[in-house]
Amino acid sequence: MLEMRKDLFADERDDNLNVVGKGIQRQDMPGHVTGLTRYFDDHAFDGMLHLKVVRSPHASARIRSIDVSAAARAPGVKRVLRAADVPVNKNTLLSLINFGKDDEPSLAVDKVHYVGEPVVAIIAESEAQALAAKTLVRIDYEPMPAVFDVEEALKPGAPVVNETYPANYFEYHERFDHQKLRFGDVERAFAGADIVLEHRYQMSPIEHAPTETNGSIAAPEQNGRFVVHSCAQGLFFALGTTAKIVAVESNRLHFIGGTVGGGFGGKVDSLTEPLAVLGAMVTGRPVRFVLDREEEMLYGSPRGAERIYIKDGLMRDGRIVARYIRSYFDAGAYTRLSSYAAIKCTAHLPGPYWIPNVASDVHVAYTNRCPSTAMRGFGITAVDFALEVQMDRLAEAAAMDPMEFRILNAYRDGDMKPHRRKASNTALIECVQVAAGKANWPISEQGKQQSSLVGGGAGERGQIPATVLDARGQIGRPDSRNSGPTQTLPAGTSRIAPSKQPVMEGARDGRAAPTQVPRYEPARPTTQPVTQPLAPAAYAPQPSPYQPVAGQQPPPYQPPPAPPSPAPAPAAQTQHGAVRFSSVFGRRR
Amino acid sequence: MARHEGRGMASVNYPIGMNLGGDPSQALIHSNPDGKFTVALSAIDLGQGMKQVSRQIAAETLGVPVEDVYVDTADSDTGPHDMGSFASRGTHRMGNAIIVAAREARGVLLEAAAEELEVDAGDLVTDGRGNIHVRGAPSRSITVKATAQAAQFKQGKTIAGRGIFLIPLSAVDAETGEMNPNTAFAHACLVADVAVDDETGEVEVLRMTSAYELGRVINPRMVEQQLVGGAWMGMSHALYETPEPYYPDTAHGPRDFNEYLMPGPGEIAPYHVTVLERPAPDGPYGGKGPGEMCANPVLPAIANAVYNAVGVRVDELPITPEKILRGLKANGGVKPGPRRGGPVNWR
Repeated sequence: MLEMRKDLFADERDDNLNVVGKGIQRQDMPGHVTGLTRYFDDHAFDGMLHLKVVRSPHASARIRSIDVSAAARAPGVKRVLRAADVPVNKNTLLSLINFGKDDEPSLAVDKVHYVGEPVVAIIAESEAQALAAKTLVRIDYEPMPAVFDVEEALKPGAPVVNETYPANYFEYHERFDHQKLRFGDVERAFAGADIVLEHRYQMSPIEHAPTETNGSIAAPEQNGRFVVHSCAQGLFFALGTTAKIVAVESNRLHFIGGTVGGGFGGKVDSLTEPLAVLGAMVTGRPVRFVLDREEEMLYGSPRGAERIYIKDGLMRDGRIVARYIRSYFDAGAYTRLSSYAAIKCTAHLPGPYWIPNVASDVHVAYTNRCPSTAMRGFGITAVDFALEVQMDRLAEAAAMDPMEFRILNAYRDGDMKPHRRKASNTALIECVQVAAGKANWPISEQGKQQSSLVGGGAGERGQIPATVLDARGQIGRPDSRNSGPTQTLPAGTSRIAPSKQPVMEGARDGRAAPTQVPRYEPARPTTQPVTQPLAPAAYAPQPSPYQPVAGQQPPPYQPPPAPPSPAPAPAAQTQHGAVRFSSVFGRRR
Repeated sequence: MARHEGRGMASVNYPIGMNLGGDPSQALIHSNPDGKFTVALSAIDLGQGMKQVSRQIAAETLGVPVEDVYVDTADSDTGPHDMGSFASRGTHRMGNAIIVAAREARGVLLEAAAEELEVDAGDLVTDGRGNIHVRGAPSRSITVKATAQAAQFKQGKTIAGRGIFLIPLSAVDAETGEMNPNTAFAHACLVADVAVDDETGEVEVLRMTSAYELGRVINPRMVEQQLVGGAWMGMSHALYETPEPYYPDTAHGPRDFNEYLMPGPGEIAPYHVTVLERPAPDGPYGGKGPGEMCANPVLPAIANAVYNAVGVRVDELPITPEKILRGLKANGGVKPGPRRGGPVNWR
């Protein structure tokens, strides 16, 4: 069940809104619950063909030969695609924003790098015929050594997973085998800490498990164009990736999607669109390429595993004075989006706390498993698990209550974060206070009085400290991994210019202020009839069974300051103040 | 042989949108001759409610009833470019683009109404129910419908708007990691109550209690949908799911939902969420985005609750009965932690 605490931060909001903030029934809900919603696979075409891929049974193997002659002659088979048929058979997803090198083929060329890698595609009149023809493809493999552990993969002499990155790591800034974060002097702070704790954490790989598996349908349109019904999470992302791989101008592709049966990050990779469009191009007929459940689970790119080492320096009074994190993203055989997540993770460190000395080395390692990809909380979920279990350990080491320990170390408005930008708009302390109250977890009066708005940025909290730099982990030089400091960057150093304000075109006054609300003036109940009476909301808010404990009741609603014009009586339709909802899981009274 | 109850917590924040920026969203809005609006996007609705969020933001900014706005997405021939639905970016990025587009369309709408009413457009307000009137003088009014008809057939005006929102791509310093990452952060704290069976090693999540600060809540029903569903996903991540149970060993890969462990209806825990709204200065009406973070605090809160219950730290997810039993054996039995508070303040 959900409860709104409108009393908190009330002076930072104008709640005089008409539609925003209302629990109005979704535009698409009737379609979803009556089965009328159309997903990509609800589009039928005359003469539609079906594409299935033959996948590698080996984690690492050289392809000696491929014989598709029997498959090509099989009943119903219209076309067999091999690597040479793919116009641009090497891509990396983030090439659309110029990040990383092309490293992944649509169909394997002379080597396979993980179990499940597509090698040959078969296009047939029916799904059953395509599946039957798959068994007739003869591929002669020479198995090669494989590596599955991220730290093993980074050792000298480990089997090469991805020839584009032969040392098995993504290369950052063309200089280092990891992304660095350096803020202050962690080594000196560890030396001065009362307690030093170091632990290892392992986030498991996880399957997205969407209800709708990955897939697409591509069909020829007029004027040499192709329509593609897609479940992509980024329509133009998929369009751009497909246009590059099949080597056509983007306006020859007409992507339709927008209604997807669950994604969770597993539909960013354009797993099916390029081959479906290529199939439609070479056959001149509609082609459907949909993963079955087993393919989705085993080869549909999971959340990547992450191994995380955290070392913290702690004082007996509970202050964390240093944090060093060394972590490894398991990218699987190809980069996909892992390189990006490592930087997002770096920006997130050290979690929502102010710590004066922070450093991290975040690696992206290649292993011989299915390439991993984005999943809900990409770059954050795993490290949050590690950080918060570590925080529990630290609280215990300092003999403090975990809630109080979070409040003590929480970041506040004005605190400098290790990526050298000040925190603002923070609210961690308030969340801890409210959750503790609701869970009946006692915290001290002093803890209850803390605020994200007060005390941040004071003294060293708001400063960029003198920072020790190093050249650990230079590309191609494993011997540099344990090298020492090179120089100390003076306090206050900034090398990256702050981003410009967002460009907001199209506003009539040049630049829109997004938080500025339009001049909304509710109609008085007694004014002349309106042409568009509001239908009663289908889901009227229900009172919550929760009754606030005496003394914890939010203050009664006070109307916001009067708008420029005389304020009319509050509208019956506008719901202000504390709004509470019953639960979606049936706890209504 | 007994069940041991324990309680753990975690607090987190979450960056909204692609970390380094460089992820634009565009929106186009136009009215038909009856004053009914269409918002054309290429945003993706994964079930999270992108269409409805877009619709409510558009209706709010236009100043018209929500029933008079429909969202058309996603067709690359008609919807302008958007980076996509990921990184919790939809509400924040697309919401801002829609506000820009809707403000332009609203400006034309008010100009057309001003011409019909023979007043200054700056003096006009909308009542959110399909009428435009002079501020403080509701009797001097015209309907949005009549205005749109006049604009189309009499005045020759297009009631339309276009919008884009872009945070420019930030560079990253190789040596220090300095960068301009996200500007909007959401926050949460979650308490998990669990029971651990010291004979079977099984963990039952008894209940969860959380507080989330999400900026402006655009639609509380959909926030509830996200936070509750996401918390259950977090439970699943913590206790059940993985395609490689003995990672980095690749064996035992599941092939379907018979083999892939997830909680069923019997394992679902009651959950109470309190929502705080500290509006993001650069968010649409202050909105941030609850999309991804709703699972995050659940994983460590459950791990910490298991430790509190029986004294076993499981640092490798998922927290399987096998790992708990091995931990109990290594510890020489159950070592419960201190009790933390009493019964929750909700039912």
